[in-house]
Amino acid sequence: MDEIALSVEVIQYVKIKIGDEYFGIDIKYVDNIVRMQHITRVPKSPDYIKGVINLRGEVIPVFSLRLKMGLEEIEENKYFRIIILKYEGESVGIIVDEVKEVVNISSDAVEKVYHNSAEGYQNFLSGVGKTECGLISLLDINEVLSDKVL
Amino acid sequence: MDVSQYLDIFIDETKEHLQNLNTHILELEQDGENMDTINEIFRAAHSLKGMAGTMGYKRMQTLTHDMENVFSEVRNGNIKVDSDMIDLLFKCLDALEEYLAAIQETADEGTNENEPLIKGLNDILNSKGSDKAKEEKPAKTEEAPKKEASNKEEKWREIKLEDAVKTVIKEGGTNGFKAYGFTVYIQESCLLKAARAFLVFKALEEVGEVIVSKPSAQDIEDESFEFDFSVIVMTDQPFDKVVAAIKNVSEIEDAVGGEVELKDEPEAEKVEEVEKETLPVQTTQAPQTAKANTQVNAEKKAANKPVVNRTVRVDIEKLDSLMNLVSELIISKNSLVSVAGSVVGTSNIAFNEQIEYLESVTTNLHESVMKVRMVPIENTVNKFPRMIRDLSKKLNKKMELYMTGEDTELDRTVVDEIGDPLMHLLRNSADHGLESAEIRAERGKPEVGSIFLDAYQDGNNVVIEVRDDGNGIDIEKVKNKAIEKGKITAEQAELMSDKEAIDLLFQPSFSTAEVVSDVSGRGVGLDVVKSKIEALSGEIEVKTKLGEGSTFTIRLPLTLAIIQALMIVVGDEKYAISLGAIQTIESIRPDEIKKVQGKEVINLRGNVIPLVRLNNVLDLEDKHDGTSDMIVLIAKKGDRYAGLVVDELIGQMEIVIKSMGKYAGNCKLISGATILGDGEVALILDANALI
Repeated sequence: MDEIALSVEVIQYVKIKIGDEYFGIDIKYVDNIVRMQHITRVPKSPDYIKGVINLRGEVIPVFSLRLKMGLEEIEENKYFRIIILKYEGESVGIIVDEVKEVVNISSDAVEKVYHNSAEGYQNFLSGVGKTECGLISLLDINEVLSDKVL
Repeated sequence: MDVSQYLDIFIDETKEHLQNLNTHILELEQDGENMDTINEIFRAAHSLKGMAGTMGYKRMQTLTHDMENVFSEVRNGNIKVDSDMIDLLFKCLDALEEYLAAIQETADEGTNENEPLIKGLNDILNSKGSDKAKEEKPAKTEEAPKKEASNKEEKWREIKLEDAVKTVIKEGGTNGFKAYGFTVYIQESCLLKAARAFLVFKALEEVGEVIVSKPSAQDIEDESFEFDFSVIVMTDQPFDKVVAAIKNVSEIEDAVGGEVELKDEPEAEKVEEVEKETLPVQTTQAPQTAKANTQVNAEKKAANKPVVNRTVRVDIEKLDSLMNLVSELIISKNSLVSVAGSVVGTSNIAFNEQIEYLESVTTNLHESVMKVRMVPIENTVNKFPRMIRDLSKKLNKKMELYMTGEDTELDRTVVDEIGDPLMHLLRNSADHGLESAEIRAERGKPEVGSIFLDAYQDGNNVVIEVRDDGNGIDIEKVKNKAIEKGKITAEQAELMSDKEAIDLLFQPSFSTAEVVSDVSGRGVGLDVVKSKIEALSGEIEVKTKLGEGSTFTIRLPLTLAIIQALMIVVGDEKYAISLGAIQTIESIRPDEIKKVQGKEVINLRGNVIPLVRLNNVLDLEDKHDGTSDMIVLIAKKGDRYAGLVVDELIGQMEIVIKSMGKYAGNCKLISGATILGDGEVALILDANALI
């Protein structure tokens, strides 16, 4: 019994909302969460790159998670947030519909997702976590920040 | 003593000396009789030996010592310089460079004894009446100090002896110990003064005991002394032996001294001074006079020596962080300016004046920091003559390298990076460019091929040209090769302009050399050159004429961090464009626009200039009504022009270039981003990419 208990790891996720679904982002990648601000468009870049913002003197590119996942864009509202991720030394912002809270999910409550059988945005998931208030799709940051578009 | 703290200086200095040797041995090859060159070589070799010895690198010391012997013989006219000897010397320099590389990596010189080289050097020595030389050498070294001795004051006589010291001297005298005073002069070229002084002290402790020193031992350790210091030593050894012990330490120019005689004379002087000063001050007397002395000394030196540059070595990282701070300052200044402009009713004249003053201060500050980071390209290009010489031997072609503008300055990081691309280009010129002697003779060209390396500043850019009078690039050959390699089809080759064909050369793994030599021809050259230069925000262009030669022109920005920019509006977006790229700003009537081959051009004072509508390029709506005048920026790249159509001008601004990272930084038209006074991000248009 003890052994099994030890191998269970609890990871904190930032729970976000896109459309009607909830997604989780491993908190170790999250550097900051900021409100929407003026985004400077970068010409000749992929659609999902909305542009760049100034975050305390640094110029940071911003992705639209909706466009990245092949969803329609919706009109900006006050719940919109930019999550600043720090991944492999680079800072990137992703726009999400809403940020809910931080949740703890232990690794034994995560159902793995296999990419070869995945459809749609499942390609961007590392797994699905079960919590008391429903399922959370856990985002695989490496995939989200790749140039893959759905 | 721990010498590791001097390791950095040692490495830097050794590099300089090696470069010096390389340059001068090349000169020596041209003119074996030139005494100035030989002396210069001798001096450099000697310093090198001394430094290696101090740092404890015995093998390096041995090798330089033997080299020095050869130079000494050359200097004395016992050996004539010949080609074999030069080759051997160059090999020695390479060996020394290996030692240095090992030291840089591991702080240890390695175990390579380089015996063949040492043997070779000794053979040279032995072949020409070395006995005679050996006799002559000491004679000569002896002669020099004697001549100089007259210039050196025996400053030790000025040391004030305290009563306790006098007692010691008197007591010593009865036990057969004598007190000698010395003033030791260290060579003014010496960097590690404290280390030298330390070695002198160590040498003296072996033969006797140092009882007084001036300046104090602490001051000497802190290097707070000029190029001489005085000591009084108690010893039972003869005077000559003590002098010899001092002079054994390298980089010691001279040591003068004599026996200390306790006479009343110094007493009298002391009394004199006591009269002037009150008693409690007496204890501080010695340092004061010491100070006065060094001052006099310094003045004297200033009078008969050219002004020595006073320099400080600074870690480049410190300069980087300084540059970052200046960048931050400029951004916050920009926001201050924009706040001042936006707040209504604050037309406070004094406030605006202060803002303007702040602006000029930050601009100057930026310029100064930039200048600090600038170094001449000299250090990088100085190794090329040697390289061309080696290539000339290897390829069996006669060639000569002519360099101009070595004093052109560039940002330190750029200078460090530019060496390899230039080396590639020079190798290319030597290997592919220059023809063999027979073909040159056929074409009526001089037998010796010429390669030119010219550097100069052109506005906000530095231009480096590598030019040769060789064969030039055979466009047809390039096209055939490209077809052969399947990079293009025969039809494409037909339609290709010469320029496009030359651009093929910059593609990965493309080489037209029929024979792959170990100099070049593996096709890893030009594409690497190009990517490296582009990484430095520079660009490269080629001009060539078959049979007459080719010119590679590299353009590099002076600075990478802060530029003067013109702020423009296209559509409803703000963009910055480097002011350096803009020649003029013109107002053009729509009916002045003509069409040539379907492209829009304007005729500006006789020049036909293609128009670039920025709103099209940047995927923005055309706001122009089609009848009113248009604002056109005339941009220049090399000798080509383009007219950039913009919607609105905002004005000139100093901007800090920020990288956009790997996700958004892929657009060729955008060279970076900057943060405006109001906190918004504006993109920087790369005028070069638009032309």
